[in-house]
Amino acid sequence: MIVFDKPKSLTDAPLHYCPGCTHGIIHRLVAEAIDELGIEGRTIGVAPVGCAVMAYDYFACDMVEAAHGRAPAVATGIKRANPENIVFTYQGDGDLASIGTAETVHSATRNENITVIFVNNAIYGMTGGQMAPTSLPGQVTQTSPYGRDTSLCGFPVKICEMLSQLDGPEFLARVAVNNVKNIKNAKATIKKAFENQVNGKGFSLVEVISSCPTNWGMTPKDALKWIDDNMIPYYPLGVYKDRSGEAK
Amino acid sequence: MAEKVLMKGNEAIAEAAIKAGCRHYFGYPITPQTEIAAYMAKRMPKIGGTFLQAESEIAAINMVYGVSAAGKRVMTSSSSPGVALKSEGLSYLAGSDLPAFVVNVQRGGPGLGGIQPSQSDYFQATKAGGHGDFRMIVLAPASVQEMADLTIKGFELADEYRMTAMILADGTMGQMMEPVEIRDDAEIKTFDKPWAVTGTQKKREHNIVNSLYLKPEQLEKENFTRFERYKKIEENEVMYEEFMMDDAEICIVAFGIAARVSQNAVVEARKQGIKAGMIRPITLWPFPKKRLLEASKNVKAFISVELSMGQMVEDIELATKCTRPVMLCNRVGGMIPSPEEVLQKIKETQGGIN
Repeated sequence: MIVFDKPKSLTDAPLHYCPGCTHGIIHRLVAEAIDELGIEGRTIGVAPVGCAVMAYDYFACDMVEAAHGRAPAVATGIKRANPENIVFTYQGDGDLASIGTAETVHSATRNENITVIFVNNAIYGMTGGQMAPTSLPGQVTQTSPYGRDTSLCGFPVKICEMLSQLDGPEFLARVAVNNVKNIKNAKATIKKAFENQVNGKGFSLVEVISSCPTNWGMTPKDALKWIDDNMIPYYPLGVYKDRSGEAK
Repeated sequence: MAEKVLMKGNEAIAEAAIKAGCRHYFGYPITPQTEIAAYMAKRMPKIGGTFLQAESEIAAINMVYGVSAAGKRVMTSSSSPGVALKSEGLSYLAGSDLPAFVVNVQRGGPGLGGIQPSQSDYFQATKAGGHGDFRMIVLAPASVQEMADLTIKGFELADEYRMTAMILADGTMGQMMEPVEIRDDAEIKTFDKPWAVTGTQKKREHNIVNSLYLKPEQLEKENFTRFERYKKIEENEVMYEEFMMDDAEICIVAFGIAARVSQNAVVEARKQGIKAGMIRPITLWPFPKKRLLEASKNVKAFISVELSMGQMVEDIELATKCTRPVMLCNRVGGMIPSPEEVLQKIKETQGGIN
């Protein structure tokens, strides 16, 4: 009897992510949600520019690679073309909260019926560890070598809090993947974000607090602890908007 | 056949696009092409299509990218500064071999420029639509009827060659009204799109629409393969129209509104005993190089009439291998040359060659 297997919605391609990176966990959670909802054959994923740029090789469903930050616009096109398809984007913090801010805000306010997986690790991983829109105050990165100085480069962008002010979006939640309890909750939340789309409810975004041991300059274990000590206090976990849930 | 109706050029594009099977339009308001969006906003909801006013030109072209990846006919339209914003998306469309239909109803530039007619995006459309090595098929209508016909042709070419076809019109073409007859649906060519992302239905391997190739050998191969396709287009898809070229000694080369003005000047020149003629490129890329080279054997000089500081003039010099003088007759900034100004240039040129 098989008690643990690779989700059908993942290919056999080996992931390129660094040791200790949580992208692998998040990929798996997304794939499990797709498998469990039985939507693999009609799902289309949109990969970002950033660490997850090659996600098109990892997800077994049809995939599109978008320009930096434009995934929600590309997903809008795919969904409008074939509304019976389930369309998700998988984006990092630079992609979604910096260069693609306009696409994020407007797809949310249109309540575009798509699912957005937003991986927030507070740094640009692919390009080697520059300051992200979500880097914490004082956080040392390659482009904030003396720590993020909020008087010069402002404060982190809190996507869930910001989008929750809009009337449009259906569902906004922030989860983390740094321990078993949080991972289980992340799985249920991601699945709900897909279910919302299946049920035609609209824009559902899950912000996943993630780690980047390589560019944070930590061991994987320390990175997971850093999430608890620094990320979660600044980015509180929870559901920020659940329109259908609230209506009950 | 359909009946003739009086339409604005911009509206003719919109209606022809619908006839061509386009059910998805994304745009952002900008003068002088907003009639296209307004027309689509009225029509699309009634025929089960999508009209979406995007948050930006960048978003609009990426929505086009999404629909095209999903295998459907799709378009966007804009004017010069807006098309500049779309250049990122145009490059990605090319790199992913996706068909798209894009309209540029040009206005004066650079910068915010003006809102009056211009042809100063010739370089942008024919040579530098975005970063990287790629081409777009560039169609230059000179009547409202051609706005419609070349729109349908554009959708067909885009699908056939899996690339962007662009209508390069100008404010005059967009705004002027003429009788137009739009072809029947039955004549429109469609193409299978087995590469499209429509869901695997668990019956095939996943399709990937992508422009990223990290291995240089592979990226090089993609580029070479794409340019093989471009070569076929240069061989098979060149379009132009000739006017009084049989015995012409002075050949005007002009497209769009400049060609309309120039044709009057040619008629007047002929009345005055000057052997003038005109070649009007309908495809700006592929450019009618062979025809111009052939013409250079018989004519004594060319005159490029354009609403720019002289952009097409370079292509005429290249096509004719600089064997004949190429004069420039131009107005810019939203100004249009009068037939008298073009006639004056013809006379000056005639004086120079005799």
